[in-house]
Amino acid sequence: MSDTRLSVFKTYKLYVGGKFPRSESGRVYEVTDKKGNWLANVPLSSRKDARDAVVAARKAFGGWSGATAYNRGQVLYRVAEMLEGRKEQFVREVAESEGLSKAKAAAVVDAAIDRWVWYAGWTDKIAQVVGGGNPVAGPFFNLSSPEPTGVVVVLAPQESSFLGLVSVIAPVIATGNTAVVVASERAPLPALSLGEVLATSDLPGGVVNVLSGRTAEIATPLAAHQDVNAIDLAGAGTDDGLAKELEIAAADNLKRVLRPQPVDEVDWAATPGTDRMTAFLETKTVWHPTGALGASGSSY
Amino acid sequence: MASVFEYAPAPESRSIADIAPSYGLFIDGEFTEAADGKVFKTVSPSTEEVLSEVAQAGEADVDRAVKAARKAFDTWSALPGSERAKYLFRIARIIQERSRELAVLETLDNGKPIRETRDADLPLVAAHFFYYAGWADKLDHAGFGADPRPLGVAGQVIPWNFPLLMLAWKIAPALATGNTVVLKPAETTPLSALFFADICRQAGLPKGVVNILPGYGDAGASLVAHPDVNKVAFTGSTAVGKQIARTVAGTRKKLTLELGGKGANIVFDDAPIDQAVEGIVNGIFFNQGQVCCAGSRLLVQESIQEELLESLKRRLSTLRLGDPMDKNTDIGAINSEEQLSRITTLVERGEAEGAERWSPACELPESGYWFAPTLFTNVTQAHTIARDEIFGPVLSVLTFRTPDEAVAKANNTPYGLSAGIWTEKGSRILAVANKLRAGVIWSNTFNKFDPTSPFGGYKESGFGREGGRHGLEAYLDV
Amino acid sequence: MPTNAPSAAHALTDVTASDRTLRRFLHGLPGVDAVGLEARAASLGTRSIKTTAKAYAIDLAISMVDLTTLEGADTPGKVRALGAKAVRPDPTDRTAPPTAAVCVYPDMVPVAKEAVAGSTVKVASVATAFPAGRAPLSVKLADVREAVAAGADEIDMVIDRGAFLAGDYGKVHEEITAVKEACGTAARLKVIFETGELSTYDNIRRASWLGMLAGADFIKTSTGKVAVNATPANTLLMLEAVRDFRAQTGVQVGVKPAGGIRTSKDAIKFLVLVNETAGEDWLDNHWFRFGASSLLNDLLMQRQKLATGRYSGPDYVTVD
Repeated sequence: MSDTRLSVFKTYKLYVGGKFPRSESGRVYEVTDKKGNWLANVPLSSRKDARDAVVAARKAFGGWSGATAYNRGQVLYRVAEMLEGRKEQFVREVAESEGLSKAKAAAVVDAAIDRWVWYAGWTDKIAQVVGGGNPVAGPFFNLSSPEPTGVVVVLAPQESSFLGLVSVIAPVIATGNTAVVVASERAPLPALSLGEVLATSDLPGGVVNVLSGRTAEIATPLAAHQDVNAIDLAGAGTDDGLAKELEIAAADNLKRVLRPQPVDEVDWAATPGTDRMTAFLETKTVWHPTGALGASGSSY
Repeated sequence: MASVFEYAPAPESRSIADIAPSYGLFIDGEFTEAADGKVFKTVSPSTEEVLSEVAQAGEADVDRAVKAARKAFDTWSALPGSERAKYLFRIARIIQERSRELAVLETLDNGKPIRETRDADLPLVAAHFFYYAGWADKLDHAGFGADPRPLGVAGQVIPWNFPLLMLAWKIAPALATGNTVVLKPAETTPLSALFFADICRQAGLPKGVVNILPGYGDAGASLVAHPDVNKVAFTGSTAVGKQIARTVAGTRKKLTLELGGKGANIVFDDAPIDQAVEGIVNGIFFNQGQVCCAGSRLLVQESIQEELLESLKRRLSTLRLGDPMDKNTDIGAINSEEQLSRITTLVERGEAEGAERWSPACELPESGYWFAPTLFTNVTQAHTIARDEIFGPVLSVLTFRTPDEAVAKANNTPYGLSAGIWTEKGSRILAVANKLRAGVIWSNTFNKFDPTSPFGGYKESGFGREGGRHGLEAYLDV
Repeated sequence: MPTNAPSAAHALTDVTASDRTLRRFLHGLPGVDAVGLEARAASLGTRSIKTTAKAYAIDLAISMVDLTTLEGADTPGKVRALGAKAVRPDPTDRTAPPTAAVCVYPDMVPVAKEAVAGSTVKVASVATAFPAGRAPLSVKLADVREAVAAGADEIDMVIDRGAFLAGDYGKVHEEITAVKEACGTAARLKVIFETGELSTYDNIRRASWLGMLAGADFIKTSTGKVAVNATPANTLLMLEAVRDFRAQTGVQVGVKPAGGIRTSKDAIKFLVLVNETAGEDWLDNHWFRFGASSLLNDLLMQRQKLATGRYSGPDYVTVD
């Protein structure tokens, strides 16, 4: 039976503000597997799609950054649960996109889901690790706490289409930022499918927005966008000229820039440190006087 | 203003700071002339008197200094942390010993009141070196993994508003973590950095570990662009900060920027009014308002505006402007003619745009650069004086009706360095502090600094933190 | 110079209408941030008062001293000596001004009165069961009337701190009003809060307003009989209170820090507080006093130093 059944293709769409629009440009481009076989037509995002994604991410920022860390952890864990349920799809997409065997692709997907769980557990711990009280020399209570920097543009790694992708998205949103993700240009399918997973998790719309298309074309207006607070250049790692150009554009409103690691140093399988979280955290330090026990001091 | 109780002049002794007629660059442990022989004059902004003639670093000097720092790096970074610590402790102690001299020097070169250099700048400078000295042999425990490594040569460019304190904020953590330093002080305030060079010699600091290059913006630009610099730290204007960010783009230089601000000082109707007035005054008139984290926008709840302004004006009338060397002076000179003209231009714009200007009766000295404490009312978010950093003793007063509106107005700026909250209601402090997009929030106080307390901005006020455990990160390969 | 009104309360009569309105008003006063207040006081303490300003300040301080003896062992002889010293503090230098007053227990008022007769020096008497204030109102009033009848120009009363701390502001108000009435027009009333026992700055601000609403001519920090007496911070706070009270009612009230001020340096710091907080209208012994005993000799030694250029010693001032 299955031999004769014609399969149903999926139309891959962008994921913006919790919805699945086509590119406003109406353009698509062909995505192929490693051998050059056609896999899908995916949206070729325009500057306007990028702009819409930033608007959605900004709109979602207040709610997501204001959610309790526990709540964010629960939501992220829910994403991992959903991923687990759709593992086979991701294994297939990763295998095709990256030219891996089923077994190797499965290992990558397992690692990606585990990575998501790892970050889910960080949401309510990072503040204790990087923040804390400061013993100032005076009658003041003084506390430093990390806060999300805002809207973060994430250029997903070009090669590691799923593990790499998860490794750059999860830390950004675990800490309360919202993200505009530019998927791997050559291998965007896992990213676009991830959007479908996020939509069915409890993640509020707009917290993660996924765009597919030409990285350089989408990233350029995003790097210059004045309502973007930070940019992760991981996906520009193979193109030094682009990375530099984007970093220069980012200087216009002093975006926090996470530079790409040199390609030969990247190992997405290694357990990450906290760097990808702290790169998109601000430190806020609050002072308040103490010492109002009594005008005469306390004798009690 | 004759008053019944007229304070007689109480000048600090000038002779305690022995300023030489000329100074060189400090490279590789030696004072040396600039390669092209250029010099510039540094003047006292309160009298316009020339204090000294200082060698002016150029590109060739930057290269020489970076080479010296590079050469020193291997040995310095290989020293046990406990040994580096002792050098820093020595420096801290010598600063304490010489603090009166340094306070006088700083007041002469910068124009700020001796009361501030004596009671704020110098104690904080020494404390900063003490604090980071203690970190040098404890970096394994700083939360950046085991054995975090220094970056190499740090190129540091500092402003003129707190010359020696900004030097301390830059050099202390750099040395504690094992980096070597090339530092460029501002062209209007080079002297205290050069005295610091002498302190390094007294402390026996190995040559090349600290290099001081007085000079102008071109020297700073060369330093930042130098290919053998591994770390760039800058404190100054947002415009220059952006230029530096562009310069280091595409390199592996680690960058931290501490830039401008337009801090909102928010006063609610249940504030401790007398302390709020002090906080407002301290927030905008400390160091003549030439402070990046100044509370330059007063956001006052409309219901108490009248009462608060009355108190504020009365208080401003007691400020004593004049000779910075007088121990009773509250408001000193503006640092330079250039800065004075910038303040003047912005204030004129404020008037032209319809804001209401007020200053207490106040006699300005005839020579030197002076600006009377100034307050603008009828200011809205749209006014230039509510948006642009003035960096002078000028306060813009705006009103709000609800906490929400206060937060919205406070955050309505590309800057995000500091903010103040005045209310006796604890939950409101916490809620508002939580919503403000600024790196330092002072609640029921303002302009407090401490070496243990991280300082730095959100948004266009820069990135990275100085001070505290957080301040180590900028100088470590993490 | 503004004069004392018989009762300051007229502008705020509604406030004192009931216990409840009084409480609402006092608790509606702006709060005090202790750290900020103390920092401001300390900052004013760093003013450097030299040469001519110092000479002015020392003479002003001498003229503001309420030269005080409040001992169980006080005798007519002791009080007479004190009076003589108040009238002519420095027997070797007639240009030294007399003090503002001598301050004694009620039974010593007649002796004191005689000792300062013919001079500008006033006689102040503590009353109302000083220093604890723990006596029935009738006894306190009798205490006051006796002192006034004996010729006291000023009455230094203590408030019922117990009632204040129990929140019974109406009772405190009534007592002060009654004492004020007992003083009549003959004596000015200083109201002592015993700030060390009120403990918080918020309480001190409330007590200041309560005292002024009830008709105090002076508000005074302390009895000198507890651990913490006048401090720069609590005096600064009371100076803010009299400043604000005058701005609101037009009525000027004096301030008297008492206890713990022993050196010229300290006294000058307090004068700086007055100058830069309440303003120069208060730089007069009609509006500001020091409750002190040993302070006077230090002021005199400093005065001699300024006059001669040499440091003086305790043998060159009188021990009375």
